[in-house]
Amino acid sequence: MLIEPYKDRIAEILGRYPEKRAALLPLLWLAQETQGYVSEEAMREIAGLLDLTPPQVFETVTFYSMYNLRPIGRFHIQVCRSLMCALVGAENLLSWIDAKLGLKTGGTTPDRMFSLHQVECLASCGTGPMMQINDEYYERLTQAKVNRILDDLRRDGKSDLASGPFMFPEPSNKSSESSCRTN
Amino acid sequence: MPHELILLKNMSQPGYTGSLADYERAGGYQAIRKVLGKMPPGDVTDLVKRSGLRGRGGAGFPTGVKWSFIPKDHPGPRYLCCNADESEPGTFKDRQLMERDPHQMIEGMIIASYAIGVRIAYIYIRGEFVMGAKILERALAEAYKAGYLGENILGTGFAVDIYVHRGAGAYICGEETALLESLEGKRGLPRTKPPFPATNGLFNKPTVVNNVETLANLPYIVNRGVEWFMAIGNPPKSTGTRVFCLSGHIKRPGNYEVPMGITFREMIYDIAGGMRGDKPLKAFIPGGASASFFTSQHLDVKMDFESVAQAGSMLGSGGVTVMEEGTCMVWAAENLLHFFNHESCGKCTPCREGSSWLLQILRRIEHGKGKMEDLGTLARLCPNIAGRTVCAFGDAEIAPILSTLQYFRDEYETHVREQRCPFRRAPAPDLIAVGHG
Ligand SMILES: Cc1cc2nc3c(=O)[nH]c(=O)nc-3n(C[C@H](O)[C@H](O)[C@H](O)COP(=O)(O)O)c2cc1C
Ligand code: SF4
Ligand code: FES
Repeated sequence: MLIEPYKDRIAEILGRYPEKRAALLPLLWLAQETQGYVSEEAMREIAGLLDLTPPQVFETVTFYSMYNLRPIGRFHIQVCRSLMCALVGAENLLSWIDAKLGLKTGGTTPDRMFSLHQVECLASCGTGPMMQINDEYYERLTQAKVNRILDDLRRDGKSDLASGPFMFPEPSNKSSESSCRTN
Repeated sequence: MPHELILLKNMSQPGYTGSLADYERAGGYQAIRKVLGKMPPGDVTDLVKRSGLRGRGGAGFPTGVKWSFIPKDHPGPRYLCCNADESEPGTFKDRQLMERDPHQMIEGMIIASYAIGVRIAYIYIRGEFVMGAKILERALAEAYKAGYLGENILGTGFAVDIYVHRGAGAYICGEETALLESLEGKRGLPRTKPPFPATNGLFNKPTVVNNVETLANLPYIVNRGVEWFMAIGNPPKSTGTRVFCLSGHIKRPGNYEVPMGITFREMIYDIAGGMRGDKPLKAFIPGGASASFFTSQHLDVKMDFESVAQAGSMLGSGGVTVMEEGTCMVWAAENLLHFFNHESCGKCTPCREGSSWLLQILRRIEHGKGKMEDLGTLARLCPNIAGRTVCAFGDAEIAPILSTLQYFRDEYETHVREQRCPFRRAPAPDLIAVGHG
């Protein structure tokens, strides 16, 4: 079920590497993209493609935290808990999410819309508190922003509060030759 | 005094999108015209060596010297890996460099590939950077179309392909040999060295791993010359600029590119606006979570490799995190040890078991259950981890503990004596220990 419709993409991925096994992470990504998680069936198929045993695939998958071995909520909220975000209120962010969704770390809402996990640094420490939801980053969060994002997602499946290509601070639009010394 | 931006210059122009057209308009892809087919590859390595450029990924190894370790007579393929795993807490510059000006780094990769004799190069980007990966894919497609990648680049006969390879959530894959294992489709466990990647790297072939920011510097060194580059920063050991990432209790957090050698005081107070709420500064981390804490007495230390090392820490990844008066140092160390415990790959016993013991002891102290002998246990445990592990992660995980113990021992003692955290009125609403995966 994985291989057939994606023959071309799989061939393209395999073509990038001199050794088959190197295609393992990209193929696992492909599996997760198409099914929402990495199923046992997908692992077997990938093992076959790469001349690996299913346990070889499994032991590799479990090393990496981003592969889901089970289906999860439609929106996977990951709140950064590392020091720089904790200094600027990562705890508040958790309580705002809880207030809005009644959702605690490790949980999924009864309608299976939202799952919540705490994760380590996501490389937006200057724009905390922050969270990643599925593929998108949401930064410099306030309670009002969090409420809007969660409403947007529930209603439209996306939110325009997601971060764009990242730059912070945004350029001042004045001079490019000086860094941001304003005082 | 304002100073010239190099790496952040293009993206600071109003309307700059990072497209190929924008990059070319700003003078992009001129450096490869000067290099490919015009300079012998060895001369390019030599140029980079003379510029004094040092790695921006953490260890600060001289880039040209690293390249020169690739065996000259090796017949088979050699590889270049761009380390875009950026996972060191406090660091968020590579994300910006890739998302806002991807071609700058790609041009740097072409130059490095030419110097080293690479036919296939990979960008190993952390799995969470979905947007970054998409932007890079788009930029690579543009570069192929323009004839800057693939076969016979600019008619010079030189050829290189670059592929984006996404990680999948493991801090340790930023360590260069773990990165190589991960790229090969395995668990990301660091390799014992020697042999070094320069001889036995990716697919057991000679390999160079360089950080995003390191590579992004290359076009400018080629275009403007060694003398120009050598005059920036604090030569001869710390040439060029660094993009420092300011976070924590700071008025204007963010990425700031400055010549190396300005002081932390200038950076924190003049450039980043000073402390949030104008509270006094209590402590800061000068180079990412793996660097030892500094205190207000270190504000006049210069931000260059040598000065920070002499003062007892490291410039590391360039992440500067400031903490105001009232921040609990035991709590901060506990938070970081949670990170290290979670991210230890488990290959070596001292790191795997040690990080868990350290975390448990810190947690006990922070939560009012500590004993005075715990302080001695911490001080004894740490040196039994450092230097006894396969990778530098073991040295990193003890830095926050030893440095906070050194500068704030009284704070640890108060926690134990009063059997509570003196900085919290209510019990700490924990950021709890539930990891994912
Ligand atoms: C635990 C650990 C994590 C690391 N993470 C990163 C990282 O995320 N990005 C990076 O560029 N270098 C990282 N490094 C440093 C790399 O091992 C390597 O030195 C660097 O990528 C070399 O590039 P450079 O010489 O251009 O700095 C890490 C090192 C260690 C020990
Ligand atoms: S020091 Fe820690 S992270 Fe590094 S190889 Fe050993 S166990 Fe893994
Ligand atoms: S500490 Fe939260 S993104 Fe880095």
